[in-house]
Amino acid sequence: MVVLRKLLTLVPTVLLVSFLTYLLVDLLPGDAATQLAGNDPQEETIRAIREDLGLDKPLLIRYVYWLGDVATGDFGRSYRTNQPVLEAIGERLPITLQLGLMAMLFALFLSIPLGVLSAFKANTPIDKTITTVSFGLLAVPNFVMALLLLYVFAVELGWFPPVGWTRLTADVGDNLRRSVLPALSLSIGQLAVYTRLLRTDMIATLQEDFVAMAKAKGLPTWRILFTHALRPSSFSLLTIIGLQVGGLIGGAVIVEQFFALPGIGRLLLESIQQRDLIIVQGVVLFIGLTTVLANFAVDLVYSVLDPRIRRGSTRTA
Amino acid sequence: MARPVQPDVADPSPDDDRPPTEPTELAAPAGVAAAEIGIASGAAGGAAILMPDAPRKKRRIFYFLALGWLAVVVFTAVFADVLPLADPNFQVIRDRLAAPGEKGYILGTDNIGRDLLSRLAFGGRVSLIIAFTAVIIGSLVGGAIGLTAGFFRGWYERIVMSFVDVLLAFPALVLLLALVAFVGQSLRTISLVIGFLAIPAYARVARATTLAVSQREYVLAARALGAKSSRILFRELLPNVALPVVAFGLVALGLVIVAEGGLAFLGLSVEFPTSTWGSLIAAGKNWVRESPHLALIPSVVMLLTVLSLNYVGDTLRSRFDVRESAL
Repeated sequence: MVVLRKLLTLVPTVLLVSFLTYLLVDLLPGDAATQLAGNDPQEETIRAIREDLGLDKPLLIRYVYWLGDVATGDFGRSYRTNQPVLEAIGERLPITLQLGLMAMLFALFLSIPLGVLSAFKANTPIDKTITTVSFGLLAVPNFVMALLLLYVFAVELGWFPPVGWTRLTADVGDNLRRSVLPALSLSIGQLAVYTRLLRTDMIATLQEDFVAMAKAKGLPTWRILFTHALRPSSFSLLTIIGLQVGGLIGGAVIVEQFFALPGIGRLLLESIQQRDLIIVQGVVLFIGLTTVLANFAVDLVYSVLDPRIRRGSTRTA
Repeated sequence: MARPVQPDVADPSPDDDRPPTEPTELAAPAGVAAAEIGIASGAAGGAAILMPDAPRKKRRIFYFLALGWLAVVVFTAVFADVLPLADPNFQVIRDRLAAPGEKGYILGTDNIGRDLLSRLAFGGRVSLIIAFTAVIIGSLVGGAIGLTAGFFRGWYERIVMSFVDVLLAFPALVLLLALVAFVGQSLRTISLVIGFLAIPAYARVARATTLAVSQREYVLAARALGAKSSRILFRELLPNVALPVVAFGLVALGLVIVAEGGLAFLGLSVEFPTSTWGSLIAAGKNWVRESPHLALIPSVVMLLTVLSLNYVGDTLRSRFDVRESAL
């Protein structure tokens, strides 16, 4: 019931996202017909191509047609290679997905212990070191991070290959070795955000009565921190993780370009350079929908984690 | 909206004298957010989760160090023409790839013998022009939208804010790429596009502040005295909303510098041969084996600048935050 109601609120958002995506490409100068017509375009050829592609109809009609196609899984075909857009996305997606997941895992794996430690030792030198370092990391753009990692670990130490990609299915070891530096460069900024956020929330939770109660019962400190206090402190973290999906994809464009990885970001950049509008449109829509759905998913997980929200909403439903 | 509601935003940091954090949906760091100029998270940005409660005196030292660095950066960018710097595009092939300090070049030279120091100064000028233009556009338009949305509420607020939310849901770098690639790469279009993308984040900050300020006694008093909406809006709310928005502007400057850097890195920022900090880093990347200083020095300059902006912005925010002085 709750899920259904939330699904309904998703509809206008998705429509708005798709319409903006459509507008984005539709309003931009540089019409596909002039591109397709070749080097020495004749007025008539252009007009014929426009008619053929339906580019001569009014905006809203074009949008509805396009939306219908998209809803049935037809994102169109590349103007250049004639490859279906979805297929092009599908080919590149696993790489970006792997990169994003690894980055998120790295970030969580490090930030949860650090954030908890920082809160537990609040206002001690340990806490101050952690907060100061993460404040500094916030200011590091991911291309600078990528550059530093590349310089230290690939050029100076030679631990990792500098650029290039091997498919996971081709060679697992090589794939992992090649994905560590890109994933790390993506994760550093997240790491900083997560740590600081968790620290703030955790400090608040540690003031609660139930924590004092657990302490009074003589439970070991690590159990109080990780089983009692972590869950109620993780809501802002969760929200931010959902929001970071967008940031991760944005960062992936830069990191994939930097390390020469053939992911979604690279696809977007290449098609922008080649003015392959239909691919640009498809990728932007795909990314927009992914971020909207990620936020939606976080919304749902929320109610699982926090029973107060669940009960609250069923009562009003 | 798919955006989850932040439970209990009220005051997650009872332990210190900082302002309560912004709703987390606004929290995002300048760095990560290379992408996110304003982004989703963009907003109240780095600021939301910033510095811990260092002793006041220590904070003040960092504050003045940060201000000093920013003053140096702005000064060299503004007076680059007058300062005794080499022509940023003058090539001395004989001196190519000089290390810092070598052959009389303070910061060395690049692969075709151009003076890195002077390229940094002139590059900073382009980066700063873009950053200031974008932030001014974002804060004026976004501020106006947020102020009116927070004041008038109702359907107007709902419509405006759902557009804002959808725009924020898009990864900003992706939008930026798409827009810039098609509208062109001149200084003007890039500043305008980044400014446009900064609007939603500002709208959120301004709206959040307006909502908080409208509850204050003096606003209620003004209303009770029969003040017109326009008077309340301009005389009571505007001055109080403006300060936090300006403080956020400093953090936003950092976000924009990073965003432009990302764009330059992808080869989509201002066109050759104008250098920006981002394009210096991108160019230096190709020489990282032979002359690491080419990429590292501009990186450090950009980093220090963003760090200082974050720090000063954060400090000002905590000074201006209305909720800190809540009754």
